[in-house]
Amino acid sequence: MALERDKHTAQRALLTLHEAQLLELYRRMVLIRQFEEKTAEMYARGKITGFCHLYAGEEAVAVGAIYALYDKDYVVSTYREHGHCLAKGADPKVVMAELFGKVTGISKGRGGSMHLFDQDLRFMGGYAIVGGGLPIATGLGLSVQYNEGPEVVCCFFGDGALPQGAFHESLNMASLWKLPVVFVCENNFYGMGTLVQNAICQEELYRFAQPYKMPGVRVDGMDVLEVYGATMEAVARAREGDGPSLIEAVTYRFRGHSMSDPVEYRSKREERIWQERDPIKNLRRKLTVERHVAEGRLGEIEAEVARQIDDAVKFADESPEPSVEELGKGVYAGS
Amino acid sequence: MPQLNFIQAINTALAEEMERDPLTFLMGEDVVLGAFGATKGLIDKFGDKRVRNTPISEAGFVGAAVGAAMAGTRPICEVEFASFFYCAFDQVCNQAAKLRYMSGGQARLPITFRAVFGAMGGAAAQHSETVYAQFLSVPGLKLVVPSGPSDMKGLLKSAIRDDNPVIVFEHGALGRLKEEVPAGDHLVPLGKAAIKRAGDDVTVVAIGAMVPKAMKVADKLAKDKVSVEVLDPRTLIPLDEEAILSSVGKTNRIVIADEGHLRGGAAADIAAIVAEKAFDSLDAPVKRVASLDVPIPFSPPLERAAVADEARIEAAIREVLGS
Repeated sequence: MALERDKHTAQRALLTLHEAQLLELYRRMVLIRQFEEKTAEMYARGKITGFCHLYAGEEAVAVGAIYALYDKDYVVSTYREHGHCLAKGADPKVVMAELFGKVTGISKGRGGSMHLFDQDLRFMGGYAIVGGGLPIATGLGLSVQYNEGPEVVCCFFGDGALPQGAFHESLNMASLWKLPVVFVCENNFYGMGTLVQNAICQEELYRFAQPYKMPGVRVDGMDVLEVYGATMEAVARAREGDGPSLIEAVTYRFRGHSMSDPVEYRSKREERIWQERDPIKNLRRKLTVERHVAEGRLGEIEAEVARQIDDAVKFADESPEPSVEELGKGVYAGS
Repeated sequence: MPQLNFIQAINTALAEEMERDPLTFLMGEDVVLGAFGATKGLIDKFGDKRVRNTPISEAGFVGAAVGAAMAGTRPICEVEFASFFYCAFDQVCNQAAKLRYMSGGQARLPITFRAVFGAMGGAAAQHSETVYAQFLSVPGLKLVVPSGPSDMKGLLKSAIRDDNPVIVFEHGALGRLKEEVPAGDHLVPLGKAAIKRAGDDVTVVAIGAMVPKAMKVADKLAKDKVSVEVLDPRTLIPLDEEAILSSVGKTNRIVIADEGHLRGGAAADIAAIVAEKAFDSLDAPVKRVASLDVPIPFSPPLERAAVADEARIEAAIREVLGS
């Protein structure tokens, strides 16, 4: 039922959003896809080291949800957060520089791929402990409520976070105190290599909303408009003071858990089925068929993004490493 | 100057700081009721918005305090007993401690955690542990261990005004200890040790509840013409190394008394610093007096035997003096 309703919401968004808005959604998804493809390339070339988790395939979730927010709203993410950070408005240059470990990076090279952070954009961090960001998102919501602010907190996490105590503790508190938090679960079916139904007894993850007395919906996470529509509703509810919601966005990561994952736990056939549902192709089809946007216009966007990504790599490559003399600084405020 | 006990000193510091800064608020298990007295009555003064009971959900509410700080408030978060921190280790050690550094200095984390610790008579292993050693090797935290009411008030007020995550450990057996506490803006800086008693023959670095014990021993030994200097570091991070090294430079002998366990404890840490930096001034090996490496037992005689007492401090002093 929920899915049926959300298809209508998505259709309405397709018909009512201005063309410029739809193109912006398209641009953001393309930006993330190209950024991640370039990241994989730079990783293979040894320019990026360490743990690195790509978001390709899941773009519709970050872009759809974050497009439903105002600039002043907060976003909390995971270690697979390049997409959320870019969707929140970060310059790909400083994100790429962070992946390169450079001092010009968004976290000055101290965080790396898993710990992007931008206080001004209210992108409140990537968290590399599964479920670790949820209590923090709840606390951001508590602070907003304390200050009687208008902001909403949008908290992303994967299906792997649901068996964590932090998930349950956070949903309980957020609901108990009616905090303005939208919990967005990106269900990509695998926690590393463990299938979701082998990790949690209730694999329809949105159903965890019910015991915590909040609305819960499952949406097609490969459809940016559906994610956008569901998040708009949840955000409106949060902003009205009616408390949190849980959105389960069903999605798929096109690559492995991390760059070192050979993805031996799923079939090529399964991957092909999901690639057919590529969120970017999906929106492209809708834009050209139903909104009669010229192919050429979309091509221009892609070319413009490609230039931006090239600039980002150049910037990252040419930026200096952090100075070792600065190593001990910044552990404490005022140090 | 008013006479206050340890608990009243906490209550006074909280009330004054909450009065001073409307961005501060209290959260934690049963802070409304204030079961141990520290937060008692604050609800009447500040209301339920600023004195918030949390569910028994340490990972959740400790993390919520971290998030709340990041969005501009200054939470004072009570974790009833310090052993409960184990439920919230991720939020304290992975999140609160690291976020500022990991974000290239952007995340703001003005949080004060308060927790009761220590052997207090029959609370058994899961309520009696001295857990600060577990946080000593986590850069990004500050650790405060007050030994009496006056320091308690001054250190807690400084902790609340500090822009970092600070854990204030309140020894559960010090509750009734009374002394004169300066009224109003009495601030004790974090990172400044106190010489609680000056002496020439031996330095006793005493932490938390070991301070009153060391003072009694010093009184007793004074009758035998042994002059004991009792140094209270007051904060373990930052640690006033200079004060410790300067005292050892004078007395040439050191005993470190701590309620934590012997292995990997605060006493071990301070002993290593002294051995590395003041070896040449030592006339005797560094001596640690700490809790035995057993979980704190329930049985009163076993509990007393597990934790360092005056007799063991005295024996250690006599050992380093060769007397």
